Amino acid sequence: MTAVQFGVGDRVTVRDLTAETGLSGHMRAPVYCRGHSGEVERLCGVFGNPETLAYGGDGSPPQPLYRVRFRQAEVWPDYVGPAADTIEIEIYQHWLKAATP
Amino acid sequence: MTETKAYHDVGGDDFGPVPMIDGEYQLWEKRVDAMMRLLSSPDVALMRVDELRRGIETLGEAAYNAEPYYGKWARSLAKIMVEKGVLTQDELEARIAALRAERGLAE
Repeated sequence: MTAVQFGVGDRVTVRDLTAETGLSGHMRAPVYCRGHSGEVERLCGVFGNPETLAYGGDGSPPQPLYRVRFRQAEVWPDYVGPAADTIEIEIYQHWLKAATP
Repeated sequence: MTETKAYHDVGGDDFGPVPMIDGEYQLWEKRVDAMMRLLSSPDVALMRVDELRRGIETLGEAAYNAEPYYGKWARSLAKIMVEKGVLTQDELEARIAALRAERGLAE
């Protein structure tokens, strides 16, 4: 099992694995959140990796899944709603890295 | 940030207001849902939700945009069953043709 790397409140940045590794196919981080930073709101659990389960693999090693909270204005540069608005996205650990302060 | 986005990755695209549609599920939609539940049940284990999603993501842009929710499921289920050798494409097409003929539908 992959060790749980982040805790509640940690700042994380969504990686762009397509650009980093050429990964394509079934991917579990929508393009709109890649490159953006948010805060870990909770650990949802540890689950088989859907990106290999989708191709008949066994999903190992299992990946921690986090709910990450972003400010809407961080994700959408032209966001016109209140500055306090947030969006939460569930993202597997291999898509995340520690945010640089 | 990558600039290329798959056609099914639509978060943030402008579709306007969400249409709110009242109504009940049709029989075929319930059947497709039941088929997925059956195929993914522990006893059968021929289908995973991740495979369903991957199948939907590889239907091609035209079918993806044209099909309603359970239409995407039905096409993905058929595709994955053919991929796994549970059905052949020929069997599938023959059955579709037979049902069309039986119901007087055009090819």
